Order: sequence, then C-alpha cells, then structure tokens
Amino acid sequence: MTAPDVRAIVFDAIRRVAPEVNPSSIRTGERLRGQVDLDSMDFLSIVIDLHEKLKVEIPEADYGRLTTIDEIVSYLEARMAAMQGAR
Amino acid sequence: MAELKMPSLGADMEFGTLVQWRVTAGDRVRRGDIVAEVETQKGVFEIDIREDAVIGELMVAEGARVKVGAPLASLITTAGAAERPTPTIPRRTIAPEVVSAVPASVPAPPPSPERLRASPLARRVASELGIDLATVDGTGEGGVITRDDVERSAARGPGVLPEAQLPGMPPAPVAPSQAPAPVAGMRQAIAAAVSRSKREIPHYYLTRDIDLGTAMSWLRSANESRPVTDRMLPAALLLKGVALALTKFPQLNGFHLAGEFRPSADIHLGVAIAIRDGGLIAPGILNADRLSLADFMRSLTDLVRRARSGGLKASEMTDPTVTVTNLGDDGVQTVLAVITPPQVAIVGFGAITERPWAEHGMIGVRPVVTASLAADHRASDGRIGSQFLAELSRLLGTPEAL
Repeated sequence: MTAPDVRAIVFDAIRRVAPEVNPSSIRTGERLRGQVDLDSMDFLSIVIDLHEKLKVEIPEADYGRLTTIDEIVSYLEARMAAMQGAR
Repeated sequence: MAELKMPSLGADMEFGTLVQWRVTAGDRVRRGDIVAEVETQKGVFEIDIREDAVIGELMVAEGARVKVGAPLASLITTAGAAERPTPTIPRRTIAPEVVSAVPASVPAPPPSPERLRASPLARRVASELGIDLATVDGTGEGGVITRDDVERSAARGPGVLPEAQLPGMPPAPVAPSQAPAPVAGMRQAIAAAVSRSKREIPHYYLTRDIDLGTAMSWLRSANESRPVTDRMLPAALLLKGVALALTKFPQLNGFHLAGEFRPSADIHLGVAIAIRDGGLIAPGILNADRLSLADFMRSLTDLVRRARSGGLKASEMTDPTVTVTNLGDDGVQTVLAVITPPQVAIVGFGAITERPWAEHGMIGVRPVVTASLAADHRASDGRIGSQFLAELSRLLGTPEAL
C-alpha cells in the first residue's frame, strides 16, 4: 500500500465521525483537535476505523503521538512497515 | 382496551409528528418492538412498545401532528395470557406515568393541513435542506414524497411553489413555512426545558475532587490487553460509578411529579450528548447499574452513535431517572449543570487532569477529576448529596469492582 492511500483512509475516518469537515481546510501539520470538533469517543471511533481498515494495532500509550494528520499518517506507515518486516 | 399514546420524549415536548407506522392493525408485537417513528424538535425517534400486544386500530395517520398523551393506536394486550410463559417484567419504571399524567381525554387532532405523505428519509433531508414539504411534488407510490423529490425541489431553489397541489390538499400557503430549522428547533426545545428547570427546581450544588490515580492505571492496563474495539474510555468508569453509587441514594434517582418525589427502583442513566451541528440530547442507558463495565462501554458507544445519526428509541428518551454530563474533553474543570425535569439530580464531570494531591502529609501528582452534583432540594438535602459524592469517590478508588 502506498503513502497516499493511508492519508486518504485517515481523512475518510475523520469524515465518518465529523461529516461537516471540509478535508481541504485541515492543516495537516497542526493539531487535529483544535481544527475538528472531536471528543474522546470520536477519537476512539477513528482509531477503531483505522485499525479495521489497515489491520494496525494502535496501543493507547501511543495516542499522545497522534495529534496531527501528518503524525498519524507517518505513525501508521511505520507500523505497517514494521509488520511487513516481521513477516 | 389499552392504548399506545404519544410519549413525552423530553420535558419540553408538546407535540410529535407521527412520521411512519411500522405495524398495521392485527400485528402481534412484543415488548421492545418498534411500532412507529415520531419526529420532534430533537429529531426522529423510534417508538418501542412496552408490553406484548396485538395492534388494534391505528388511530392516527402518518404525517399527523399529535399532542403528547393522545392515543396513537389501540392495543389488545396479551400480558398474562396463557399462551406464553410470561417472564415477569422486572421492577417497572415509573416513566409510563409521565405519559399518562396527561389527561387521557385529549382528542386526536383533526387532520392538519400539513399532513403530507413523505418517506422518513425525505422528511429528514427536507428538514436538513430547509425545504417545506408542502412545496414538494410527490412522485413516489400514491404521491408519496421521496428523497429525490425533495432534492429536485431544493435544486429548483427556494420560493418556487409548485403549480399543482397534491390531490386533496388545500392550497399551500404562500407565506414561507413557520417550521423552524432543525438546529433552531432543538435550541427552542433546550430553552424550554432549562427555563422550566430553573423556574421550578430549587437546585443545590456540591463539588468534590476525586483522585483517579488507581482508576486510571487500572484502566490503562485493562486496555492494554484488549483489542481496540473493546477499549474503554475513562467516561465509562465515571458513569458506571455514578450508576452504582445511586443504588444507595434513592433520593437522587427518580421523578418529581405533581408535587411529590417518586423514587425509581431502576437506574436509567441519562447521558448528555452534544450533537455535532449544535444542540444537546440526553438519552438513557437503561438499568445502567446492572451492566458489566464492558457492556456499559458498548451501550455508551452505541448510544452516542445513535444520538448523532438517528435511531434512538422512545424508551431511551422517556425513562432516564437521572442524568450525567461529562464536559471534560475541552478542559473545563467544574460543571454545575441544570437538572432535566422531572428528574431530581444531575452529575457533572470536568476534565481529568494531573493536579497536586496532598495525602498522608505528602504531596504527589495524581490524575484528578472534579465531580459535581446539582440536586433538587425538594427531594434531598446537602448531606445526602455529599454522601453520594463520597460514595462515588470510594467506588472510583476500586475500579475493578465497577
């Protein structure tokens, strides 16, 4: 899977909980929570969605590293690469 | 003969529109079955039936606006019938009395001019787009207005009245519809409920800081061994703690009706849920004290999802005996909330934050939450309230028992 796919899946997961959001208005290097109205239940829904689409484990301890879209995408890509390597 | 009545889906509700029947005369229904959909200012709700019955006569047509408490259908109840070993319904909630408190003699309203045949989806889309259904031509079966009709009408732009009227319809008024936009409607409903609350209920307020050190580390390690789909949020611990603490304080759980407080044997925990495009709704997790923590979390997730996307049941709106509001996500420390009438208490939680915490002559840093109670002074006194918060604190200190 290539990088743009992961990014599209992340946007898709965000849009599922926050349909009012215009993806092109999100600044991907800035904190997501400040730009999109997300509570902890929404965030958990996004994590579940990403887990189901990408088959990546996202431990709760790592939530702190997932504050911007760019961070989420590179985190997921790194996890997926590690899983590939383990096989 | 029993009757199915228009339920009160909120302290402020006077009327509901019967959007769709899901049953017809002669249908056999079981407790919990969905029989109709009703639209209020707060959205579309599924009407679930409270006992096994056979539907007699449907007394109200789809599209009719019906006063709370007015009959919707006659029911032939089969309760106690020999044909089925009747599971005894556990301790009844007193909620049905809220509905029957309205005089049963309220006549069904005459067919109103805005009685239109439209699919629920079309109604939802029309209300989202601000389209008056009276201006839409129905092309569905029997002239029923479909979603496509609404969208076509929206594309034509506002102010364009159709040339032809629906058969049997009085001429559509030329003036724009009086119906408020959905967000404005919900705002009105909230305004009515909180105004009534502050007018009628003598609130008293208590707060207590609760050390969540044990609870948060227990939750962290519990979540480590769970798949992401079973992961629990701190809110589940807090809310389940409230439900359990209430089992010891019946003075805080129930309804104040007709000048007297009636405690409820069941604990139906209303959860204040923010709606994305504005507004608030507080449906309940029924018998919250009897659910395991994992089941409670699942119920909470499901309730939030349905509150935001539709599919709440009438019983979830009428039954809550107490409410919890959790405003911590944006960092607020203390919430002093407004009681939802006819309930007598609301518990509030602010953000869980790391704070200095003094204990045994030492200062440490702990995750702490400020819990608040707003309670109806007619039903309880401050001492009861403070004992409740102490019990809540004790329960949250032993999370494995939640």
